[in-house]
Amino acid sequence: MIDTALFYVFALMTLGGGILCITRRNAVHAAIWLIASLMGVAGLFLLQRAEFLFAVQIVLYIGGIMVLFLFVIMLINLDTAAAERQYSGQWKLALGAVVLAGGEIAWVMARGLPGLGAAAAVQDGGEGGSDGNVERLADLLFSEYLLPFEIVSILLLAAIVGSVFLARRRTS
Amino acid sequence: MPASFMPSAQEMMRFLPETLLTLAGVFLMVLEAIMAPENKGRLKAFALFALAAALAAAVIAYNDPGPAFNRLLIIDGFATFFRVLVIGVAILAVLGSSQYLAREGANPGEYWALVLFSVVGQSLMVTSNELIMIFIGLEISSIASYVLAGYLRDDARNSESALKYFLLGSFATGFLLYGVAWIYGLTGTTDLSQIRADLANRDISNSMMMIGAACALMFVGFAFKVSAAPFQVWAPDVYQGAPSPVAAFLSSGPKAAAFAMFLRVFVTAFEPVADRWEPIVWASALVTMIVGNFAALRQTNVKRLMAYSSIAHAGYVMVAVATHSKLGIEAAMFYLAAYALTNLGAFAVITCLVGKGERFVEIKDLAGLGARQPLSAAMLTIFLLSLIGVPLTGGFFGKFYIFKAALDARLIWLTVLGLLNSAVAAYYYLRILVVMYMEEPGDTVENTQEMGGALKFVLVGSAVATLVIGTFPSLLLDVASRYAVLGR
Repeated sequence: MIDTALFYVFALMTLGGGILCITRRNAVHAAIWLIASLMGVAGLFLLQRAEFLFAVQIVLYIGGIMVLFLFVIMLINLDTAAAERQYSGQWKLALGAVVLAGGEIAWVMARGLPGLGAAAAVQDGGEGGSDGNVERLADLLFSEYLLPFEIVSILLLAAIVGSVFLARRRTS
Repeated sequence: MPASFMPSAQEMMRFLPETLLTLAGVFLMVLEAIMAPENKGRLKAFALFALAAALAAAVIAYNDPGPAFNRLLIIDGFATFFRVLVIGVAILAVLGSSQYLAREGANPGEYWALVLFSVVGQSLMVTSNELIMIFIGLEISSIASYVLAGYLRDDARNSESALKYFLLGSFATGFLLYGVAWIYGLTGTTDLSQIRADLANRDISNSMMMIGAACALMFVGFAFKVSAAPFQVWAPDVYQGAPSPVAAFLSSGPKAAAFAMFLRVFVTAFEPVADRWEPIVWASALVTMIVGNFAALRQTNVKRLMAYSSIAHAGYVMVAVATHSKLGIEAAMFYLAAYALTNLGAFAVITCLVGKGERFVEIKDLAGLGARQPLSAAMLTIFLLSLIGVPLTGGFFGKFYIFKAALDARLIWLTVLGLLNSAVAAYYYLRILVVMYMEEPGDTVENTQEMGGALKFVLVGSAVATLVIGTFPSLLLDVASRYAVLGR
């Protein structure tokens, strides 16, 4: 019961924050609403007993990425940005698309899909061990999925080299 | 608890090419920072050396084929063929870039490093046997490509190309990743062999809608990367705006790697639902050929024309994917190798002719090339004939094997329409020939500079290779058919 109530609270936070994030004209306000939305997602992770994802969501997204966002927003000239034309003229079309997609999902869920059972089974299988979520994740990362874990660093390296190269001051 | 995390020596051998390339890429950046400016020419030699070593390592790794790192990677014939192909393409691309970079006054250090990282990504794409690895490999290759497309930062066309490529490419990768998540949700695994087993053992009709959605999401991601319709819109803008040698690289290496992973995922993991995805690939192949060829008819910019031509050629390879037979895989391997050679050669001519700041990119700027630069004109003729698919060139046998495979797979209409398409294509390639040999040179004649030794090597080398596989196709086809082994 309390789970269901919490789910609705977090879901409302996620969706409401998302909507306010894209509708606020002031970029700082938009960023703060995005934080609220991400907090809601973190709460949803916690409800699913994914403690690791919950922590990562808070530390990385809210702590790291959002602070970076706010830095950038405060460095650029906000007054001119707020006066610029907003690209929100297509909201009727977007609303139509959202209603359509929502209706589609509602229809599929009401009808029931046999495939969804398999997905649930996978989740149940994962709940087995007595170890915590974080321990099992660490086990997997450093044994079976060692290679992707390490290889991602090359991806990050290429991205860093690329962004530094493209953004550095012109020498000539 | 597992006692040791250390991979065995055998696995390290199978992973040697990627290890070498990564180390070399990192080392290159260190060297770039500490080397005296006058010695920086040696960086290119170092990059070439690293690529040659990786090529050797890729060949050696096949002496002991098999999986590595908990079956995340698999070194089979198919992987080895494409590893050698993408590393070979990178060698030719490095050789074909140095003159251009020097002419534009660009600092080449990071360029070589990014090419090496891109090859690491491509090599992972073709050896991965698992969706997470495929995604990471694709992203490494793509991010390096985005930066390469915008390498001349002061050129607005470069920046436009890089930005479009980055935004659309990230969007397409999102689709792919979403598809991976769906597949994991449905089957509980990301291992291609296990996905295949799971799909083969279950009653597919029950969850067809969700499997279909997952396949469709992944198809969108792959089709974008190989520039197949209706996800081809980015290609002309990106290839036109990117530096010419980068356009050559992007349309040969990363495209071949993307096709390799496309083939591997759809022919191994999604084989049990092949009769469902075949019509989609069928339609996409047809539309890709039509869009590429008919749009190319109206182009006046050479690079844009080559971009549409590359879309059309992706359409022919899609025909091979639609067959999902061993013959089709062989034909696709042959075609991608032949196309990479031809394309790199044709772009080598363009790289030289566009001049400083890429001012001469119109077809009419090629006027009188036959008299001005007989060698370039003769070589470009060979490449264009190969792109048309005239006998005695690699392109002819590429098309021949693909349509033969399509006929064997009873894709008769697709074959007929594909052949009609390649007849349409002859028009715009021949138009270049006519301008080159039969029109008077304009005032752009004197501006073109002499072709450097490395570029000449790429030009003549790929022309000779195109003719050799055109005359003795069995040389390459034997290799392709021996190596068309997908480990399962």
